[in-house]
Amino acid sequence: MAQKILLKDIDVPGIETFDVFRKQGGYSAVEKVLKTMSPEDVVEEVKKSGLRGRGGAGFPTGMKWSFLAKPEGVPRYLVCNADESEPGTFKDRYLMTKLPHVLIEGMIVASYALGANTSYIYVRGEMMPQIRILEKAIAEAKAAGFLGENILGSGYDLEIYVQPGGGAYICGEETALLESLEGKRGNPRIKPPFPAIAGLYGCPTVVNNVESIAATSWIVLNGGDEYAKIGIGRSTGTKLISASGNINKPGVYEIELGLPVEEFIYSDEYCGGIANGKRLKAVVAGGSSVPILPANLILRTVNGEPRLMSYESLADGGFASGTMLGSGGFIVMDEDACIVRNTWNFSRFYHHESCGQCSPCREGTGWMEKILHRIEYGHGKMSDIDLLWDVQRKIEGNTICPLGDAAAWPVASAIRHFRDEFEWHVNEPKAAMEGNYGLAHYADPLPVPAAPSELVK
Amino acid sequence: MLAVKEIKFSEEMLKQVDEIIKRYPEGKEKSALLPVLHLAQAEFGWCSTEVMDQVASVLNIKPIEVYEVATFYTMFHVKPVGKYVLEVCRTGPCCLVGAEKIIKYLEDKLEIKEGETSADGLFTVKGVECLAACGTGPVLQIGPEYTFYEHLTTDSVDQLLEDLKGRKQ
Repeated sequence: MAQKILLKDIDVPGIETFDVFRKQGGYSAVEKVLKTMSPEDVVEEVKKSGLRGRGGAGFPTGMKWSFLAKPEGVPRYLVCNADESEPGTFKDRYLMTKLPHVLIEGMIVASYALGANTSYIYVRGEMMPQIRILEKAIAEAKAAGFLGENILGSGYDLEIYVQPGGGAYICGEETALLESLEGKRGNPRIKPPFPAIAGLYGCPTVVNNVESIAATSWIVLNGGDEYAKIGIGRSTGTKLISASGNINKPGVYEIELGLPVEEFIYSDEYCGGIANGKRLKAVVAGGSSVPILPANLILRTVNGEPRLMSYESLADGGFASGTMLGSGGFIVMDEDACIVRNTWNFSRFYHHESCGQCSPCREGTGWMEKILHRIEYGHGKMSDIDLLWDVQRKIEGNTICPLGDAAAWPVASAIRHFRDEFEWHVNEPKAAMEGNYGLAHYADPLPVPAAPSELVK
Repeated sequence: MLAVKEIKFSEEMLKQVDEIIKRYPEGKEKSALLPVLHLAQAEFGWCSTEVMDQVASVLNIKPIEVYEVATFYTMFHVKPVGKYVLEVCRTGPCCLVGAEKIIKYLEDKLEIKEGETSADGLFTVKGVECLAACGTGPVLQIGPEYTFYEHLTTDSVDQLLEDLKGRKQ
């Protein structure tokens, strides 16, 4: 059984209430830091743990904290990014619903480390039920003396507030989130200055994902070195993976980083294999923005080594043959999934969610959606595939924020690995409208159950 | 048609606005804009110009500051909507497990196109982007409480529509 850190007590009845959570040892991390540790000690432990940002970028959390400017007399802020909107990702919603106090405890630990006296949890607006759950948890923690003035007699004051978003993917980008929290449109800011210098209301600010903040309690209780022993290489600790698509057991799983991808997909402890006895076609391993990989490349690297669920192994081979761990949104597609349709769907998403500030993204995402729609609906030309490639190349790297890259990568990787399927759509529009390309031309290295013969092209 | 409500923040709502403003440092009341827009939409059904003007005056900011925000975020309805807005996820993972069929079924059943409101003014069907519930798709949500309905089938959609029709005000 793999080690559980965040979801350890998920099955304890009533764990969403303060009393039960406290009985399970909850809030002892707050007691420990306020009574025995300086803020610098906490930052040091998180640095030692090797914890990397769980929202997608994977930047070391402890290092991010150590960049925070500390000018005299200026407030500092911790803002929790709970604007979970990356397609394929639903771990933060799960954590906040079932274990709200795990987040609140982590918020207190992290706020103390940063010297923040007011902290915000920015939750995407659609998660109104989770907002109510968090507000209740905050009220309970406050009533028990873990929030408010002079917490546990330590002289440290902290208030945590929950802020609803308005349904904009772009607000998951940290500077867009801060704009939104200031009551404005979610247009990302030009960096530098980074939020660590000038963030919320122009003050030094750290923005961390829900899962990163939640992990800090365990780290201070057990020590950064202990956390670093879990996982593999520079991918330390555990990670919540949101598994969805054509699998037998969709859901949120806490894995030790380094778990083989093959085991994650086929073991009954996790995804439980491909649904309906179908075969694996492709996987988007880290949320819709990361490159899609065909079955053979997600299971093994080009060198034939087993692919692992870690930052390094998933990225092995660069974008030519690898992908990214991203936010851990693991989308599995079976042999009936149409890559062109899925790519069009994702392009529509990015077009819809582009804030409109930078021309390459605002215009380019729209063009990509249009061209892909044309190919999917049987009106594509062969030159459209090259045009698509050209457009995505001109978006990538040419925008203020990473949304442009995120829109380009799914298109680039789909053409890179599935170009024959795009060409089939162009050459056989009628067949493409009625059926799907299936697996006929893809390597299938695994002895998985064969699909019924009528489904094999 | 539904009865037209007078667009005015009640005493109770103004009290809530005061509570919300306390979350931010002095002089940063504009931060309350999104929460107050949610509050207003829950009360008045959609964000008409009158509603947005009220929000501006309550927060002491210019109306344009409210318009530009309300039109940016997809959750705010700047056109009239039905009593129940069925927001169905239309993004990749949900489509892998049948979201497109659910949207088509709703369109046929209510005799409208996505984005439109049924003739009785009860239902608006809106395709929305990823709702972070990919493991339990297809999903839809209904405001203002944003209750989630997961693992949708044509049968469960039928049941949901019946339940909503039977619901008292």
